[in-house]
Amino acid sequence: MAIAQGHVGHVSAPPATTVPAGLAGWLSTVDHKRIGIIYMLAAFVFFIIGGIEALLMRVQLGTPENTFLTPDFYNQLFTMHGTTMIFLAVMPMNVGLGNYVVPLMIGARDMAFPRLNAMSVWLFILGGLMLYFSFFAGGAPNVGWFAYAPLTQKPYSPTFGVDYWILGLLLTGVASIAGALNFIVTILNMRAPGLSLNRMPLFVWMQLIVGFILVFAFPALTVAQIELLFDRHFGTRFFVPSQGGDAVLWQHLFWFFGHPEVYILILPVMGIVSETLPTFSRKPIFGYAFVAFSGVAIGFLGFLVWAHHMFGVGLGPLANAFFAGASFLIAVPTGVKIFNWIATMYDGALSLTTSMLYSIGFIAMFIIGGLSGITLASPPVDLQQTDSYYVVAHLHYVLFGGSILGLFAGVFYWFPKVTGRMLDERLGKVQFWLMMISFNVTFFPMHIIGTDGMPRRIYTYESGMGWDLWNLVATVGAFLMAASVLLFLWNLMVSLRRGAPAGNDPWDAATLEWSVSSPPPPHNFDQIPVVHSRRPLWDHKYPEHAGDGHGASAPDPLVAGFEQPAIHLPSPTYHPLILGVGLTTLFFGILYSSIPPLSISLAVVGLALVAFAIVGWVRDSHKDSPYAAH
Amino acid sequence: MAHSSHPGRIGTANVGSLGVDSRKLGVWTFIGSEALFFAALITTYLVFAPVNMARADAQNPKEYLDIWLTSVLAALLLASSLTMVLALAAVRRGDMKLFRVWLLATVGLGFSFLGGQVYEFTELYHHGATLSSSLFGTTFFVLTGFHGTHVLIGAIWLLSVFFKVQRYPDSPETVMDVELGGLYWHFVDLVWVVIFTVIYLI
Repeated sequence: MAIAQGHVGHVSAPPATTVPAGLAGWLSTVDHKRIGIIYMLAAFVFFIIGGIEALLMRVQLGTPENTFLTPDFYNQLFTMHGTTMIFLAVMPMNVGLGNYVVPLMIGARDMAFPRLNAMSVWLFILGGLMLYFSFFAGGAPNVGWFAYAPLTQKPYSPTFGVDYWILGLLLTGVASIAGALNFIVTILNMRAPGLSLNRMPLFVWMQLIVGFILVFAFPALTVAQIELLFDRHFGTRFFVPSQGGDAVLWQHLFWFFGHPEVYILILPVMGIVSETLPTFSRKPIFGYAFVAFSGVAIGFLGFLVWAHHMFGVGLGPLANAFFAGASFLIAVPTGVKIFNWIATMYDGALSLTTSMLYSIGFIAMFIIGGLSGITLASPPVDLQQTDSYYVVAHLHYVLFGGSILGLFAGVFYWFPKVTGRMLDERLGKVQFWLMMISFNVTFFPMHIIGTDGMPRRIYTYESGMGWDLWNLVATVGAFLMAASVLLFLWNLMVSLRRGAPAGNDPWDAATLEWSVSSPPPPHNFDQIPVVHSRRPLWDHKYPEHAGDGHGASAPDPLVAGFEQPAIHLPSPTYHPLILGVGLTTLFFGILYSSIPPLSISLAVVGLALVAFAIVGWVRDSHKDSPYAAH
Repeated sequence: MAHSSHPGRIGTANVGSLGVDSRKLGVWTFIGSEALFFAALITTYLVFAPVNMARADAQNPKEYLDIWLTSVLAALLLASSLTMVLALAAVRRGDMKLFRVWLLATVGLGFSFLGGQVYEFTELYHHGATLSSSLFGTTFFVLTGFHGTHVLIGAIWLLSVFFKVQRYPDSPETVMDVELGGLYWHFVDLVWVVIFTVIYLI
């Protein structure tokens, strides 16, 4: 439905901010939509790279006693695969979608801190590139994504791989904390008039919760990595057991971050399907408050379960009982959400678009992953299964079957908004079914070989263990998954050029992002809407059941109810990018601390760039202040 | 540009849906994250304190640390919180002269603290306590060193506020700039109170 533009009236047209053309425009952008696109494109590239790493491993494991890869390179691959998929693919994909959609959903013109937002995206990309640079600088990290001590100490990991892992992830960590802070402030403080917390779209709710989880969980990883860095470079002994250090302390610090991280990966996706399922069922979400507060409960409980990753350590019956109990407890809010989603679909007028298929696929696969998670939360069972392929199956059912399938649902849902064109539905559905089948062909057999005793992280195995057949099946499945991703890539390229025009609101949806053009104008909204319910656009389109659905007549949210502000967009600036480059250079200096001349010159150059960028940043912020004289 | 009624831009500050300035909300969130950062470092110190004492190469903090020197340093840092409060009060009154005095006093006290810490580290080094000498050395230097780094960052932050006010004296954001730098400064002081208690007093 076209939105009447007649109300704009007294609002002045946005000032023509001089955005440089081409690449310069992207490198200097502070627009949340462009930043969101950069996040998503970079995340997709890293997703492909992580996928190629997985394929190489599957080739190696496809047949027993294979010599396709050397043991050390295999170790590098599984380390980089896990690190990439978690920190460089799923997390930034969530952040990218959030960056694009959240301000539009809450009726804001941008994120609260546009320059900080730009810094975050550059630091994420630079951190990822620094991590990958290790392949050309003596070898990638080969210690697993969790990097257990004391394997990470210099005598056992003499290459720079672990240092690249530490410092690259510290950069992405800074990006993540700054990004989370930005989301928290944006969501709490930039909402359109009337958009109270209990009217926020659930995707926004989940991004808010993830922001808080991130801000409180990441410091534990940062501290652990700093201590490890000092162990490797400056002679400390935090994680050196032979000198009184404590290898288990690493595990506590790492998993205090690592378990909340799981919810950082899944909660935004739960937000995505909480938007797509109501839209494609043509019903409001069932039990809005329960879905929102279950998210809060999951976020809170997520901080109390970290040691269920450490049952194998032998922490004692009391600790095991506590952490097992807390882990079982998380099944309750998770189950609440799943029943809410199913109840949302119940009796709805379902339209099985690709996005909807992926949403339903997400629920189904996530339930399987949740069930195997319940078995792993029980210490006696876990002791049988830990470090086996059963765990690999479990984590891929929640992180691929959960996060990635849900992200596909989100991409098919919002692609029309971002590009103005529809993704091809026929290709999309073929790709969905290929993905669903091949995903299960790949990962379901891992439950079986895991229960049969095949350990994780082994580069090969002997024939006759009963693992040969299922390993071959999993390898075939992995290549079918790759074919499905290629099909998606094809769909992207074809639809970008020749996709059907989307219009403002192709899905007949209820939230504010669909009230503006596709793609939206740089300032998002000609006039800031006034929200009266959880479904503002629905109120506008179907005033007969506006408000909260009880027939009471509500004012049209797209008619301004207050004096509209002048539109003020921050100017493009390179300083966030320069700050990122400076910090990266400084980190390279720290990494090569053993070569003083190189180290000091890199550090000096890096610090100089950081100082230059900060001075420029302060100038930018003054220039863009609405009070500064123009 | 005129003041407006956009939720992100009301009145003289960026007061938003929550009725709080966006930047202030951001700094508070950042402080929340920093609190967890120091909590992890302090926990590490506490975990290793008894392990250190039980080892053959133990270094007893009581024999190495000079409680008097550090008490003076703690007093300097606490005094800097007072001068910070006075600087904010002055800038709120519009008394720019006193504001400059108190802000520079705060930065000066901060640098005095850092000087004392450098002296303390040097003394310890000469007495054989280093990053690698014992678990005490490992945990002590990393914890207090990272705190010192935060004091340094806080001092640079306050200096940048000082220069911003010099450069743009008429900015309506001045009071908020000072308040935000002050928030962070008080936080860093507060962390020192905890560290002082954990390392030097008990």
